[in-house]
Amino acid sequence: MKKFINSTDTLLAESLDGFAAAHGDIVVLGEERKFVRRRTLNPGKVGLISGGGSGHEPLHAGFVGVGMLDAACPGQVFTAPTPDQMAEAAEAVDTGAGVLFIVKNYEGDIMNFEMGREMSGRDVAIIVTDDDVAVETSTYSTGRRGVAGTMIVEKIVGAAAERGTDLPALAALGARTNLATRSMGVALTSCTVPAAGRPTFSIADDEIEVGVGIHGEPGRRREKLTSADALANEMVAAILADFGTDTANDVLLLVNGFGATPAMELYLMYHAARRVLTGRGVTVARSLVGNYVTSLDMAGCSITVTRLDGEMLRLWDAPVHTAGLRWGL
Amino acid sequence: MHIDEALRKRLIQTVAETVIAHAEDLTELDQAIGDGDHGLNMRRGFEAVLADRDKIAAQSLPKALHAVGMTLVMKVGGASGPLYGTLFMQLGKSIPDEPTLADATEALAAAFGAVKMRGKSDVGAKTMLDVIAPVLAALRDGADPRGLPALADAAAAATKPMRAVRGRASFLGDRSIGHIDPGARSTALILRAICDTLGAA
Repeated sequence: MKKFINSTDTLLAESLDGFAAAHGDIVVLGEERKFVRRRTLNPGKVGLISGGGSGHEPLHAGFVGVGMLDAACPGQVFTAPTPDQMAEAAEAVDTGAGVLFIVKNYEGDIMNFEMGREMSGRDVAIIVTDDDVAVETSTYSTGRRGVAGTMIVEKIVGAAAERGTDLPALAALGARTNLATRSMGVALTSCTVPAAGRPTFSIADDEIEVGVGIHGEPGRRREKLTSADALANEMVAAILADFGTDTANDVLLLVNGFGATPAMELYLMYHAARRVLTGRGVTVARSLVGNYVTSLDMAGCSITVTRLDGEMLRLWDAPVHTAGLRWGL
Repeated sequence: MHIDEALRKRLIQTVAETVIAHAEDLTELDQAIGDGDHGLNMRRGFEAVLADRDKIAAQSLPKALHAVGMTLVMKVGGASGPLYGTLFMQLGKSIPDEPTLADATEALAAAFGAVKMRGKSDVGAKTMLDVIAPVLAALRDGADPRGLPALADAAAAATKPMRAVRGRASFLGDRSIGHIDPGARSTALILRAICDTLGAA
């Protein structure tokens, strides 16, 4: 393992301190680093809180700020945060309009956020993101994972919250956006959890994991590396097949890097994915390319497609000012 | 059985040290079918329990068990935090100050139910429940408690051919078959530590 580290025990604390100092105009760090919250709250607005294991930066703390989240609760690397973190974050950002938790669909996250809601005793709604098409939904699994599409839900719901939308309507919008969002990832290499010190999975130089999760979990299958065009075609085809109907929509296309893939390759994948979509009669109305929901130092990327309706499109375009995403302000 | 403060201390110490000593093994099991952090998270939680040993042991048995659960909830994170936290907190809520074996059995039954509900899971899903269930059944059948650690070990080993249907291992589908569930293993380790300490008392 080769990483910039002083000690694996203090890695998260040092990183959070650095984040809070670098973006001190936007965020403040809560006591005992239990959460990162907006420096200035918007009174009367529903408080938006997300969180999860660390290692996916800029998700979630990088999306705290005007137009997105009010607070983010960072867990240990790839480990859900604890209920006291969410309870205290809710206490810190609830200005009387209630709180919405945005949770990725992992059992640990859901259990801890549910316990956090129980502990807080506040008016808290929970929405769960599960945009990963690689994992089939069935009674024989935990269901789909929440991956890169989560940041799209955070952006769209965040913009609506900023406009004064109430808690039930925000929860409905979040569920609708999640349902309109599908993702598929491919890993070229494994990630290495610092405290573990060795790669999470082994993969040959000429192999890829198709359908990988954002913690290096396996996907659909292991196969030989093929061309970028062939991969983009397969990923987009899986997403469109999952949407199920042929109705052409304006879509948001997100090509998300997992941490160790250069922007040059991400733009190449974007180009390939866009061509596949256009070829299927789908209009790419909005685009985002970069490292937004990462998996430590994993090489690879995911493709996310969101079918935008008029309201979602306007909310996507609305101003946002966070460490990880900013426009229109 | 009277479990006095000295014995409560020994129980906390033995259980915590056992989990900490096996952190690497548990992490290795988790790397095969999970996200590779089970041992690390359990170690962090039980290090916190160990650090509070005297304070926890000074309380009554029900309160001490509840305190262990709360500490695990706050320190472990992931899925293991709520699940092990719920297990110990419910044991604390259900057990009397001086439990008979029958009391302990019923407290374990209540804790089993609480973990099932928290994790929305059941027996056969390749989880810690697959170790607790046969132990509970043996206790209800009046089995000799001295046989429980071996039974728990065997139950953990028996998760190997199972296909995971809960937790991150479920994303593997059939590829989860052939690996012992890390949560089942840690449950068996904790149970052995408890039985050994009580047996020696």
